[in-house]
Amino acid sequence: MELGFLLGSIFKIFAILAYLYGLLWVLARPNRWVKLIGVVVAFGVIQLALTDFGGFQVLTNFDSGLLFQACAMTMVALGLNLIYGFNGQFSLGQWGFYGIGAYTAADITYRWVNGDARGLLVVGFGTILGGLALIYIGRWLKRFRGVPVLSSFTLYLIGAILAGIVAVYIGNALNPLFEPLLGTNLSPGVLNSSLALQIVFFLAVVFAGIFAAEVSFLFGLPVLTLGSDYFGIATLGFTIVVNVLMINSDTILPFPEMKGGRGMVGIPKLTTWFWAFFFMLAVIIIMRNLIQSSTGRAIISVREDEVAAKAMGIDIAGSKLMAFVIGSFFAGIGGAVYAHFIGFLSPGTFGFLQSFNPLIIIVFGGLGSMTGTIAASFGWIFFLEGLLRVLLSQMGTEAPTWRFVLYPITLLLLMLIRPQGLLGNIEWGFLKQKDVLPRAPTTMEKPEVAASEA
Amino acid sequence: MSTMSTILEISDLTKFFGGLGAVRNFDLTLKKGDLNGLIGPNGAGKTTVFNLITGIYEPTAGDIVFNNTSIVGLEPFEITRLGIARTFQNIRLFSNLTVLDNVRIAYHPHTKYGMADGILHNRKFDVHERELTEKAQEFLAIFGLENLQNEIAKNLPYGQQRRVEIARALACEPRLLLLDEPAAGMNPREILELMDLIHFIHDRFDLTILLIEHQMRVVMGICKYITVMDFGQVIARGTPKEIQENERVIEAYLGKGAGHAA
Repeated sequence: MELGFLLGSIFKIFAILAYLYGLLWVLARPNRWVKLIGVVVAFGVIQLALTDFGGFQVLTNFDSGLLFQACAMTMVALGLNLIYGFNGQFSLGQWGFYGIGAYTAADITYRWVNGDARGLLVVGFGTILGGLALIYIGRWLKRFRGVPVLSSFTLYLIGAILAGIVAVYIGNALNPLFEPLLGTNLSPGVLNSSLALQIVFFLAVVFAGIFAAEVSFLFGLPVLTLGSDYFGIATLGFTIVVNVLMINSDTILPFPEMKGGRGMVGIPKLTTWFWAFFFMLAVIIIMRNLIQSSTGRAIISVREDEVAAKAMGIDIAGSKLMAFVIGSFFAGIGGAVYAHFIGFLSPGTFGFLQSFNPLIIIVFGGLGSMTGTIAASFGWIFFLEGLLRVLLSQMGTEAPTWRFVLYPITLLLLMLIRPQGLLGNIEWGFLKQKDVLPRAPTTMEKPEVAASEA
Repeated sequence: MSTMSTILEISDLTKFFGGLGAVRNFDLTLKKGDLNGLIGPNGAGKTTVFNLITGIYEPTAGDIVFNNTSIVGLEPFEITRLGIARTFQNIRLFSNLTVLDNVRIAYHPHTKYGMADGILHNRKFDVHERELTEKAQEFLAIFGLENLQNEIAKNLPYGQQRRVEIARALACEPRLLLLDEPAAGMNPREILELMDLIHFIHDRFDLTILLIEHQMRVVMGICKYITVMDFGQVIARGTPKEIQENERVIEAYLGKGAGHAA
């Protein structure tokens, strides 16, 4: 039994890695129909494996839990890799944005199924109005030369708070219109049909991501001017602040449904494999396209040499802020997906100790390697949460605690043997930068001509 | 005071680091098409002047006027976008990136597609990305680096890294190019090639060049007009020949007494 389970688990890990390789390979196909069919097949394979054929199921419920967790972790870790691996800003705040995304999305859908549309209305209008406010204030500030960061931060903050207040008023005003359509918990209304719920879930995830991104913009603006180490400390502080707010969400914040330190229960479990796959794929594609564009090169140049990047006309502060905001957006989406798969949010999950998990994953997979991050996220969840937990639990009830001894040792060994991470900067298939071919000779003169003239 | 042909005018530039006056009352005027030198012994403040022009430091006092607009107080990237590019004394390439990417990064302010196009990888992105890559490759070809485009920058030999750095600076499409000790660490043959190269880009791109150099041979060989600094101040200006005979310059380089012996 034990040996069979061990072999089975190891096989699963390799199968998952092979699956990821296949997914990235098929995404790299030049023909867009092949690509589309490949993605559908990749989706279908897991969907079939998750389906229960009368007692026979390739991936058990336990496995599917791991799978969704790995998808959420991939999004968070990719976001952090953008901030730390590609942009070079050591951040421990990713976990805070993950938590913000999880709680925001959970609050929206929880209120919705309980006949309260204010969650969606307030967050929706808040993020849209807030986003517009930030964009227009930013445009207006561009007209001035040398505005101190704190002054612009104050203006942005005022704009965001005003947008929030307006959103609360709009939400309260429009809510009565929705109430009859939503129905109650016992007799669900039209807008609580399963299709409507899927749409609400999608909106909740997107708004949660945007909300996390906007918070990260406001937080990052003043804090990113700090040097890298100080930035790390400040972001750790952010995670702790978010965590404390979660623990006291029913006392110092007006959210009794979050139930503070007791944990939020009753979140509708809306994350299906379709959504997890969809959002993970979207994050992977956005990230890869961004990195392989000129904007991505500018982000990487900040990591390589800030002074040189400045001298090449790259807006360092802007690049850092952009990477930070996009990374947090991914974290927010990851959090939202996580919340609706697990159905229960406890502030303990978002403590600062766990905030090191995505950091360990990206270091393990290789800083600046998207493939490494994806593989390490899946490997991490399936190895640590899957294999080791079950394996060790057969040795005694307290034995699973040993994983927290075993994995630091693994990490230590890896750092000694392969400091650049498991995959270094190797990328697979879709994520690999296409080699640029040498260009055909053109009319421009060669220096030899000049040399002979001189 | 500034006329149309003046591209850079520095007046009374002063920079204090605490109580230390790194640059004091520095004046310099460059006309379009000049190829001038800035020399001086170690610690004279030459690189500080470059850092002040490019906005890495903010001057304590004085003004820097580029193309009839003051650039004091602008961010370094804004100054670069106005048309001043530079190289560094100790090479500062993006060392883990390919040679091609190094040059393409310098093109970033001129890219014609935005972040959204980049994320969508749409047609606009395809067209302009190809255009940008071809331009970068043209620059590499000028410097004889086209076969090294996929090499990681840090793996190149020193002389080639210097060339990549100059190519990268040119990709910023500058009007004024500041070269900080381009010949440092080069052997005599490489120095000869470099001098040809500087002449070539000066003519080919219609550039104004200001050059910091330690090696007298380089400065005397290519600069038409030279400014000499010592202890943060200008001690002499003139043609290479005048400078070679200037007693204060010889004194500054070789110490007091040497001037009389010479």
